[in-house]
Amino acid sequence: MNPIAIGVFIVIALLTLGSGIMVVTVRNIIHSALWLIASFIGVAALYLLMEAEFLAVVQILVYAGAVSILVLFAIMLTRQVTGEGVRVVFERWWVALLIALGLFGVIVPTLWQHGSTWEEASKLAQVGPAPVEGTAAAGLQVATATEIGRSFMGEYLLPFEVISILLLMALIGAIVIAYEERTRRRRVLTLAEELALKKRGIVEPRDAEGAVVALDSEQA
Amino acid sequence: MVGSVPLVWVLTLAAGLFCIGLFGALSRRNIVGMLMGIELMLNSVNINLVAFWRYLQPTGTAGLVFAIFTIAVAAAEVAVGLAMVIAIYRARLTINADEIDTLKG
Repeated sequence: MNPIAIGVFIVIALLTLGSGIMVVTVRNIIHSALWLIASFIGVAALYLLMEAEFLAVVQILVYAGAVSILVLFAIMLTRQVTGEGVRVVFERWWVALLIALGLFGVIVPTLWQHGSTWEEASKLAQVGPAPVEGTAAAGLQVATATEIGRSFMGEYLLPFEVISILLLMALIGAIVIAYEERTRRRRVLTLAEELALKKRGIVEPRDAEGAVVALDSEQA
Repeated sequence: MVGSVPLVWVLTLAAGLFCIGLFGALSRRNIVGMLMGIELMLNSVNINLVAFWRYLQPTGTAGLVFAIFTIAVAAAEVAVGLAMVIAIYRARLTINADEIDTLKG
């Protein structure tokens, strides 16, 4: 028993769960995305604690780097919905809470029922192979990035190729879905135009197009 | 870590994160908020995979490889999902799940 490891684990668990709760409860969606980054970093720290260094780096790069930036961009491109006075959650959010709590109440007792079995199995698994005579003690060799690379190029070669095709398809699909033809592109309002619109009490984005035309004709 | 923290603790943490993500995915009205809840759920599954790998089969690579596959699929899902969010916003000027009900009978 190592009290430092337990303490670090508890701190990481509180960080991850706490920021996870903030993600789903905070009203402002941008704050929610920032808490999501904190949660991802907590998960990466947990990977480090479990000696999966490569996965921790991947987690930081892909999740805390790419995914969260993508989410932030999506939020900023759709900003009109995040104004004040807009309901953030469904009216019957307590049903979702009940479902989540019920699931938690089913999973956790089941886990703890099997706890002792896993404890024994994990003790057996932590014993490395017997040391070969004449060499240093072998001990437990936890799989590293080298072994992951070897199994990607060997045992898991077909899934590896399939996933690369999936990523290519997602790339092309995302471009096709989000692409807009130039002629259909909506004109972006300048700050002056937005202020002029606000002065006239037009805040609804649906009216913006017509309002801009009206403004233009007025100026002309 | 392995000698001091039991496997069940890690799995309980993952279960908690999964349920938080589930609550977020079910309760948010903003589609981006729903996607964030789904991300949390996928992360908790990854924690489970890595924990089982480290505690029960540390010399193999199956758990790590599966976790990397999950991350790749999640990245693809987020890219396509957010592209759809932007396309929906462009067409309907809203990403509120209540108001996108064309397919509702």
